[in-house]
Amino acid sequence: MNFRDEELLADVIARLIGDVRHVAVGNASPIPATAALLARERGHGRPYVSLLGSPKHTFWTDGGRELFDCAGQGRIDVFFLSGGQIDGHGNINLVSIGDYAHPKVRFPGSFGSAHLYYVVPKVILFRTEHSRRTLVPDVDFISAPGASEPNVFRTGGPIALVTNRCLFSFADGRFRLESVHPGHTVEEVVENTGFDFERPAQVPETPAPSPETLTLMRETVAPQLAEVYPQFAAQVFGVGQAAFAR
Amino acid sequence: MGARGSAMSHLVKTLDEALAPITDGCTLVVPREVSGVPMAATRALIRRGVKRLHLVALPTSSLQADLLIGAGCVETLETSAVSLGEFGPAPRFSAAVTGGSIAMKDATCPALHAALQAAEKGVPFMPLRGLIGSDILKYRPDWKVIDSPFGQDSNKADPIVLLPAIKPDVALFHAAMADRLGNVWIGRQRELATMAHAAVRTVATVEKMHDGNLLDDPVLAAGTLPGFYVESIAIAERGAWPLPLPDYYAADAEHLALYARMAATAEGFAEYLDKYVYEKQAA
Repeated sequence: MNFRDEELLADVIARLIGDVRHVAVGNASPIPATAALLARERGHGRPYVSLLGSPKHTFWTDGGRELFDCAGQGRIDVFFLSGGQIDGHGNINLVSIGDYAHPKVRFPGSFGSAHLYYVVPKVILFRTEHSRRTLVPDVDFISAPGASEPNVFRTGGPIALVTNRCLFSFADGRFRLESVHPGHTVEEVVENTGFDFERPAQVPETPAPSPETLTLMRETVAPQLAEVYPQFAAQVFGVGQAAFAR
Repeated sequence: MGARGSAMSHLVKTLDEALAPITDGCTLVVPREVSGVPMAATRALIRRGVKRLHLVALPTSSLQADLLIGAGCVETLETSAVSLGEFGPAPRFSAAVTGGSIAMKDATCPALHAALQAAEKGVPFMPLRGLIGSDILKYRPDWKVIDSPFGQDSNKADPIVLLPAIKPDVALFHAAMADRLGNVWIGRQRELATMAHAAVRTVATVEKMHDGNLLDDPVLAAGTLPGFYVESIAIAERGAWPLPLPDYYAADAEHLALYARMAATAEGFAEYLDKYVYEKQAA
């Protein structure tokens, strides 16, 4: 079966999620949201999935703070973060390029990263654009650090980085190339990555999504996704918006 | 309702009258996009020409902050992010920060929730995990790191960040309904209650008035901000437009896409203000 890049990435992320109790997905994250809903379909209702910004796909009743309180309590197992820049130490930058006081480029801001990165056990970094512009030796602004001093309270952090070219794992303060997506090469990954990383002698190819996975994504997940990400669901899965307008 | 109701109905005002407590230079707290953003009120504030606001967006903002910043109403902005979401970056926010025309106090979402909660409880600060080693903390001299006096291991330091309470002059939001006693139904948008508890005064716009007392029905009462906290209320039908009022209406995607296109340049933004905020008619 033919598949789109978005479908491959969602499949990769769904595998990284693994068997957990609660996955939360932040704003503006349609591909991680697809992956979380896919994981829930495969797990017949497990894990709980909370999609921020969607009353239908969250159970919150205590306002915007409940997500963060939940994370502080250890009740969120997986979360997703990204960055205008991500560096080889796992530091992420959601704030600006250049000097903070006089930035050349301003991004939206750090959102909840400076708390969630520390207290969610599995943080999956996700950035489709894989270039030397985005994957840098050192970020210009640390919204949240990839690792902390031993005396700093930290029960969470990054476990992986998924891009449009490959999958990296993260451990002991460094990234390791785990697999390269179909149609991409190791040389291309090296060429487009601004930081050093570990890699095995033979780098496997990321497995393509199975026909069962694609069917599940297109027929069952996509309509659920459309409530939160109507534009994305229409573009990628051809799901109409009409049913969700009020 | 009787006498008690009519005695309190002076809380219900015209939009411009209701917004009077939001004065130049005040600290104003507003909610995130899914919690009821008072857009009709925001346009009215811009028309009035409010200046030098210290805007606190709990914990993020979208069109509202971008409009206020672009219209020159904001001196400092304290928030965790400003973005138009699916419609791209917030262009006037980005231009103002790179151009240095607003002072930015970058935060992270739970820090703002916690700082408002400190004011809600009347305590001077709230501790929060995380933040240590980030540049957010580095650029916030008002945030302090202490060694937790309740650390698990007395031989080992346990550094933790303390956030000073944020006590806004005014909280402003949009909700589905209010009654003539000033009670406002906020449903599950509990941060609106936190904002109101923390702020000196609260101004709400609502879709409609509810006949009777919202506190008389236990189901409605659980989602009601008591009028005790409320300074003024104005009716603004579709008052969150073009943003959504969750459970009532969706965002106007077409209009938000139009905004993103027009606000990409200063000229386009000025045209947007003329047409949709000042509502000038073509000659």
